[in-house]
Amino acid sequence: MQVASMHFVERAHDKLNDRELQKNLGTFKTRFVGARARSITELDDFEGTRDAAKEIRQRVLDNLDTYLELFEENATANGATVLWAETPADVNRLVLAIAARHSARKIIKSKSMVSEESALDHAIEAAGLTVVETDLGEYILQLNDYEPPSHIVGPALHKSKEEVSRLFADKHGTAKKTDIGELCMEARLVLRQHYLSADMGISGGNFLIAETGSVVLVSNEGNATLTTTLPRVHVAISGIEKIVPTLEDVATLMRLLPRSATGQSISNYVDILTGVKGAGEFHGAEHMYFILVDAGRTGVLDSELRAALRCIRCGACMNHCPVYQNIGGHAYGWVYPGPIGSVLTPMYVGLENALPLPHAATLCNQCGVVCPVRIPLPDLLRTLREKQVDRGLRPWTERAGFRLWAWVARHPAWYGLGTKIGSRVLKWMGGSNGYIRKLPLAGGWTEGRDMRAPAGKTFRELYAQSKRT
Amino acid sequence: MKVGLFVTCLVDLMRPSIGFAAIKLLEQGGCEVFVPVTQTCCGQPGYNSGERSAAKGLALKVLDEFEACDYLVAPSGSCSGMIKTHYPDLLSDEPGTADRLARLTAKTYELTDFLVNVLKLETVPGTFSGKVTYHDSCSSLREMGVKQQPRLLLEKMPGVQLAEMEEGETCCGFGGTFSIKFGEISSRLADNKCRNIEESGADVVVLGDLGCMLNIEGRLHRRGNTTTRVMHVAEVLAGIHRE
Repeated sequence: MQVASMHFVERAHDKLNDRELQKNLGTFKTRFVGARARSITELDDFEGTRDAAKEIRQRVLDNLDTYLELFEENATANGATVLWAETPADVNRLVLAIAARHSARKIIKSKSMVSEESALDHAIEAAGLTVVETDLGEYILQLNDYEPPSHIVGPALHKSKEEVSRLFADKHGTAKKTDIGELCMEARLVLRQHYLSADMGISGGNFLIAETGSVVLVSNEGNATLTTTLPRVHVAISGIEKIVPTLEDVATLMRLLPRSATGQSISNYVDILTGVKGAGEFHGAEHMYFILVDAGRTGVLDSELRAALRCIRCGACMNHCPVYQNIGGHAYGWVYPGPIGSVLTPMYVGLENALPLPHAATLCNQCGVVCPVRIPLPDLLRTLREKQVDRGLRPWTERAGFRLWAWVARHPAWYGLGTKIGSRVLKWMGGSNGYIRKLPLAGGWTEGRDMRAPAGKTFRELYAQSKRT
Repeated sequence: MKVGLFVTCLVDLMRPSIGFAAIKLLEQGGCEVFVPVTQTCCGQPGYNSGERSAAKGLALKVLDEFEACDYLVAPSGSCSGMIKTHYPDLLSDEPGTADRLARLTAKTYELTDFLVNVLKLETVPGTFSGKVTYHDSCSSLREMGVKQQPRLLLEKMPGVQLAEMEEGETCCGFGGTFSIKFGEISSRLADNKCRNIEESGADVVVLGDLGCMLNIEGRLHRRGNTTTRVMHVAEVLAGIHRE
């Protein structure tokens, strides 16, 4: 996908002033935050489960090569083929090669964020093949000329029922429907034909189980099951970090994933797909492929940001992020929005191509508090800020400003003089009503706020006075 | 006991009355209050902007300045949180500081936490009557574990009626340099906070951090709200405030 993260501020401005979106975001926030809060109380030891989940995911990352080899061995033994994609372009190349080998003309897809990284759908269409997204949200976006997803769990949750209703009537050429059930039925009828006529199904992978060589798919619409079992060929595309050692470990993580994501105790469907259809078996694909994607992940693994790869893609960090809640996902400018996106995007597309993202957070740590695998997101954002400084990617004025500030703050006499002058200047700027309406060098502040002027003497002056008397 | 007051750079420059209010409360609790005159800033602006080496120099300075105190208390969850929860990372590769640092972080407290849990203050000097809502700052709440402490103290004042606001644990949008770099988003977050404050029906929003204070106060004023007052919890409890 094209990276537009450098335009974060402008994009956020548009989103803040998009009244339809603002209304939709309001509904989204109340629903997801409330649902998670209720559902986590079902667990006797939610915090202990988070500890266990963190430990599982961290252990995988610390021994990733071993688990990947074990996965490859077991998946191969079950009749699947394991392929490795070093770059996003490799993902597209491998998918097209598989399609060619099996003479696939029509490809259906269940939700896969990793395939967004390489803009797989465009590559499939460019090769003259047909691709149909079957996740309802992704289907809506595909219909809308491949609008990018704005959320990793609910890709179209920035859209209202009315927008979908207009889109369906327009693209399907049907009478406009307003009832959600009717809209779903309309999508279902269209998609059902594609399930039955597709040659190949592509899925993502919520977890890859090392001990069994299986892929786990967590979904609510049943589309993942149909996509992976009806066509002759199933291709599961997953980041290399999605490995989990055992089936037992999946059980632990599944206690947290749906609850953290949508506030469900369990998703409507959990598919565990192991190998190809055996002799005499009725369900399943005849050919099964895994495309395991690096595309920047080993770079993260080898950095101070390794913890970010523990992510199980629940979306809780963005659901609870005050910035995301107010601007939505598109402003972030790439595949993964919100706090985890602001960590992963710079690492996957280059620090220099996503400079605003690590700074686009108040570091309020609401994300860290809700993350089911305890990723210290604010710390990782801060680490990325340090990387920007180390690589000379910040404006020289900012760097010079901090150097000056640090020097003055280490020299109390100069600091005292500076603040003494500063407090008087600010008092003067406040004028008769005591509020400053414009601040030089801090225009961002006074764009939407005033600043109450200080009384004109610093604490250190007043304290020294009080000690003298 | 000798308590070192970490005044904080924003209190020093913007609202000195809060520093005096903190001193009054600590003295009421029987402390000998010591104010190192060379103190400036905890280093957080640099630390959060990726300017680690700039921040480190200031952290070492704080380490020296409060060495002789039994406690370090700050009228801010943000600055005390910086010292208690982030100095260990910031100074992790600084030779010979580990023991001194462990002593510093163990004795560092946010003001209301210290008043409630160490001094076990039974009465407060301030007299205040009116409906107040308390704004939890992110760092107080999520770094320093401060939630009930300021409310317990406010409840000791017979005239105070506490009213919780909606989304009370949501960030006000300050975020240090975030408020300048992303002024529009920051203002929107502040606006949401102001609306929740107004809807609580409180006459005063009480809080414990200067960043939130300047942000909320500034946004309320820009919204045209000149009636809801913004006060630091120390000012309310001590009965010392501007005007």
